[in-house]
Amino acid sequence: MSFLLFQGSVAIYLLSAAAYLVFFLTKKTTVRRIGRAIFLTAFLLHTVNIIVRYFEAGHTPITSHHETVSFFAWSLGCCYLSFRWRYTVKNLGTFVSILVVALMLVATFSSRDILPLPPALQSWWLPVHASIALIADGFLALACVGGIMYLLQEREIKTKRFGLFYSRLPSLEALDKLNHHCLSVGFPLLTLGLITGSLWAKQAWGAYWHWDPKETWSLVTWFLYAAAVHQRFTVGWRGRRVAILSIIAFLAVLFTLWGVSFLLKGVHTYVS
Amino acid sequence: MSRDTIVLLGVNHKTTPLAIREKLALSAGYDEPLRALGQLEELREYYLLSTCNRVEVLFTCQDVEQARTCVLERLFAHSVSREELDQHIYQYLDDKAVEHLFLVAASLDSMIVGEAQILGQLKEAYRQAAKHRCSGLVLNKLLHKSFSVAKRVRTETRIGASAVSISYAAVEMARKIFGDLAGKKVLLIGAGEMAELAAEHLVGQGVASVIVANRTLQRAVNLARCFNGQAVALEELADQLQHVDIIISSTGAPDLILRKEDVRPVMRERRNRPLFFIDIAVPRDLDPAINELDNVYLYDIDDLHNVVEMNKSERDKEAVKAYRIIAEEKLKFSKWLANMESTPTIIQLRTIVEDLVRAEVEKTMGRLEGLSGHDQERTEKLVAAITGKMLYRPLHYLKNDNHCISLPDRINTVRSLFQLDNGNDDSESP
Repeated sequence: MSFLLFQGSVAIYLLSAAAYLVFFLTKKTTVRRIGRAIFLTAFLLHTVNIIVRYFEAGHTPITSHHETVSFFAWSLGCCYLSFRWRYTVKNLGTFVSILVVALMLVATFSSRDILPLPPALQSWWLPVHASIALIADGFLALACVGGIMYLLQEREIKTKRFGLFYSRLPSLEALDKLNHHCLSVGFPLLTLGLITGSLWAKQAWGAYWHWDPKETWSLVTWFLYAAAVHQRFTVGWRGRRVAILSIIAFLAVLFTLWGVSFLLKGVHTYVS
Repeated sequence: MSRDTIVLLGVNHKTTPLAIREKLALSAGYDEPLRALGQLEELREYYLLSTCNRVEVLFTCQDVEQARTCVLERLFAHSVSREELDQHIYQYLDDKAVEHLFLVAASLDSMIVGEAQILGQLKEAYRQAAKHRCSGLVLNKLLHKSFSVAKRVRTETRIGASAVSISYAAVEMARKIFGDLAGKKVLLIGAGEMAELAAEHLVGQGVASVIVANRTLQRAVNLARCFNGQAVALEELADQLQHVDIIISSTGAPDLILRKEDVRPVMRERRNRPLFFIDIAVPRDLDPAINELDNVYLYDIDDLHNVVEMNKSERDKEAVKAYRIIAEEKLKFSKWLANMESTPTIIQLRTIVEDLVRAEVEKTMGRLEGLSGHDQERTEKLVAAITGKMLYRPLHYLKNDNHCISLPDRINTVRSLFQLDNGNDDSESP
């Protein structure tokens, strides 16, 4: 059942990304409306998929690699919609939908077996810690997308060579505001994710901090974002520098998510 | 035969980069260059136009090549090398020159097609030329015609209504940088007309306040009053940069007034809030290196031109109409010009006859200077009367339509009869 739902939502996400891409190139607003409707449909289907999987597995489905990435994609969609609801950022949908599709494809090609939950993980901390951390990642991914858009747009304005992006991307201010919003929501969530993780670790393994690779890299990521937030809110960095920092920090997020799991083994490795 | 050729030499934003235009621009006003041209024997009538986008000189002469060399020598030799100049300058003769002037006047050749400022600049240039008595029969007629062509284009097409102006482009760029302009502050450096226009546009977009800095404070105060703004002295510029977001600079200063080093410390104090500099002055007021700073964007007049280019297709339809009007008017003017070809002949004829008469009168009456004022006046009248009587028939022959003999033939007859071309090198103008 959840398999079918997942497959369906991937297909519809693909469709919406295609529609957004068509809008990006042709600038026809009707296409955007269609793209948005399709994206919303896919998102709802995806939500249902996660709920169904919860009941099928009997625990929060954020344990296997497939589940994590799928939930990551879902949280990105969630963050995008939450932001979209408050501000309009022209063509953000195009970039976000492509990223969501990429994540969903990664999820598609990883094992979808429902794994029995090891006893250490059986706790109500699981949904709290994992979902907070992944939703934080969603906002940070959005900050990264905004950063990429900012750099693209800024380059065209700065060099005065107006190409593909100039007319299609929003104003620098809007993109900077996106970054501001995402950092100011994403960073506290990331912090909360670390704290809940450490509390859970205390409960499960008896110590707050183990220095296993995942924890270490989470801390590295946290410091990177702390630097970005500090520079942004106290030193007054904005624009290009913060955009670059957001992109670098998000690469650290991706490494924490994948690099650590596949290259370095630790408590968090899902397959163990 | 020897009708004067109308020659137009110039550079504009299409042929020449800003860096060169800067050097060519006659920033010191028209007086001096007009006087310099006046010393050239080759030119009969001449006039000069210098705006931020173009420098053009229009003149009538006999020998085009020689006149061209002299004019370029006089006007530009001190600023740009000959080779560089030849590479950028364009030259139009007769019909082409007329057409070009009409295009300029009608604002079809402008950087911003349809903007109205060029006509004012043209009129001012003409006023200067008239003041120095540089323009004669042909140029007077031609320039007056160009004004009426411009007016016709303006009323019969919508080219002005859809004019995408520099100020419009500036607003669009500002919106790409700031998103919403509400609450932003504008600083005008120099109280020029262009700056005023751009500021007006920005205020229309909801800009919060306008600050004017000018060398003469009185003008700053006057302009600031129009926008309910505030006037400051030019010396306070660096302080003001902290508070404003958009800076439009259009002073006539020959040097840079703001450098990269002036702006860098400001950004720290602004906490990196973006600054948008618009430099519409020629020569430039702002150091191009300012653009290299983070969160600072500098656009000069050529950059804005590119912005304008992007949304230009809208106006092209109206432009077609305008080009038709200009073609019509050009035809009319050529006809007039053809009729006027006899004018140099008439003038030459008059001089020759008058000289002969005067010589004879002088011989008889002794030295004319010795006469009392009253008598001198009488002899002058006598000379004029004899000349007039003698010339009446030949002139009548020249001017009145004759169905059997065309005008050039009649001119030819008169010229050979009076041997007007003897002694000249008889160069035939194209």
